[in-house]
Amino acid sequence: MTNFTPTEMMTIAAARALSNDDVCFVGIGAPSAACNVARLTHAPDITLIYESGTIGTAPEVLPLSIGDGELCETALCTVSVPEMFRYWLMGGRISIGFLGAAQLDRFGNINTTVIGDYTHPKVRLPGGGGAPEIATSCGEIFITLKQAPRSMVNTIDFFTSFGHGEGGDHRQRLGITTKGPTLLITDLAIWRPDPETKEFTVRSLHKGVTRQQVQDNCGWPVRFAASVEETPEPTELELGTLRDLQARTAAAHRGDAR
Amino acid sequence: MADFLSLHDAVQRNLHDGDMVAFEGFTHLIPHAAAHEAIRQGITDLTLLRMTPDIIYDQMIGMGLARKVIFSYAGNPGVGLLRRMRDAIEHSYPRGIETVEHSHSAMAQAYEAGASGLPCAVFRGYKGAGLKEVNPDIKSVICPFTGEELAAIPSHRPDVTFIHAQKASEKGDVLIEGIIGVQKEAALAAKRVVVTVEEVVPSFKGLHPNLTILPHWTIDAVAVVPGGAHPSYTYGYYARDNAAYLEWDKISADREAFSAWMEANVLNAGPEVFVQRVEALR
Repeated sequence: MTNFTPTEMMTIAAARALSNDDVCFVGIGAPSAACNVARLTHAPDITLIYESGTIGTAPEVLPLSIGDGELCETALCTVSVPEMFRYWLMGGRISIGFLGAAQLDRFGNINTTVIGDYTHPKVRLPGGGGAPEIATSCGEIFITLKQAPRSMVNTIDFFTSFGHGEGGDHRQRLGITTKGPTLLITDLAIWRPDPETKEFTVRSLHKGVTRQQVQDNCGWPVRFAASVEETPEPTELELGTLRDLQARTAAAHRGDAR
Repeated sequence: MADFLSLHDAVQRNLHDGDMVAFEGFTHLIPHAAAHEAIRQGITDLTLLRMTPDIIYDQMIGMGLARKVIFSYAGNPGVGLLRRMRDAIEHSYPRGIETVEHSHSAMAQAYEAGASGLPCAVFRGYKGAGLKEVNPDIKSVICPFTGEELAAIPSHRPDVTFIHAQKASEKGDVLIEGIIGVQKEAALAAKRVVVTVEEVVPSFKGLHPNLTILPHWTIDAVAVVPGGAHPSYTYGYYARDNAAYLEWDKISADREAFSAWMEANVLNAGPEVFVQRVEALR
């Protein structure tokens, strides 16, 4: 397939990162689309968990919120929110946390809380929800977002959830035993942290994307791996699955304006 | 013991100026009709406790009922921001509010600790998180057995909790199914509990024995308000009004549009309007 948007490429590249055996805590928005494309293509048995307490859910349409009825109806089981956070997340039973971000830095630290000062914010964003503990309790963290200089920044305004902090072994120094961010998928590229410094490094460029484009849409000086690959473009199955899912979702959410 | 009351009387008897109150329901079963009644009664200086303030607290904050909000995700789920809450935080309109911000995990566990009669919740959390720096209620304890440092926060003990449920029995026992959220914990953590329900049935005989049930002796008042969770939903009764959540983004973006909407749909309306609002969603 040659006719696809950068956002479609991002969602499909993110879907490919998930496998059949994963137990994945799904953030709403871009992560939710990617996780469900994975489930509908190469990973039919993946366990998707939403923080509303639904475990092993298989929604026909993407939920607008993390607590849509669709998630409960199609889930293997639904537990209370305290149980979700205690037994399942804190208990270490979730292999991957998939998060989006309003602001992200080069070490995978995420801000979804405020733009500007916390007490007198320029913009008050929704805040962390489940993310502060998802970021430290899941086995590893995948992040997906569209690149822009204002979203990929040198210094985030607030540490909503901790990635690799200042880099290096900062997580271990805080007593965090999980891996943290291991993968960043944008609309332009696939990034992985450098094994030593933990700085996100471009490993693969999506088809037709230049290094300059990646730099122009990123607020820090971008590092590229010694050998940068080209991301395989979406297959017909992947693209068809994503578009069908989005069409079903749009129809379901339009409803009748009351 | 549960008294069956009109929504007006249930709110008037149990919610007072200055109370700490939780209106809980995790996306599902949000007690909107009860909040509208509180707005109509002009109850003020409330400390609002809720994981996701959602539209329900956007409306209460926008109408000036809140002095303080304790929360963990101030978004319009799946849509974006809460514009009335933002206006209060960013511009003190219609009044300034104090905010105490937690993570979902912390909020859920603080309700659980409250329901357990414990003074605090202890859990593995907030590592590296910025909220520790801005919320003085987030402290830590050392596990006496392993030496691990764990987060500790005060338990939630609201004066009153409001929830919405599918059914009450004639005695006032309460049944919830679907996404069960944090309502059982929020109810058992509170001094007083008010439940709005879709319907009252003679008994729960023959239903699945493990459906979440609050016994009638844990509840102060039950009010029958069909559709009372709209625009959120009631599993088995009506679907989430996603279009209304999208529409709220526009209404709440403008102070005058908000006031006009509240005037027409809350101040000059009563609990009986909810049943019509869910008609097309059944």
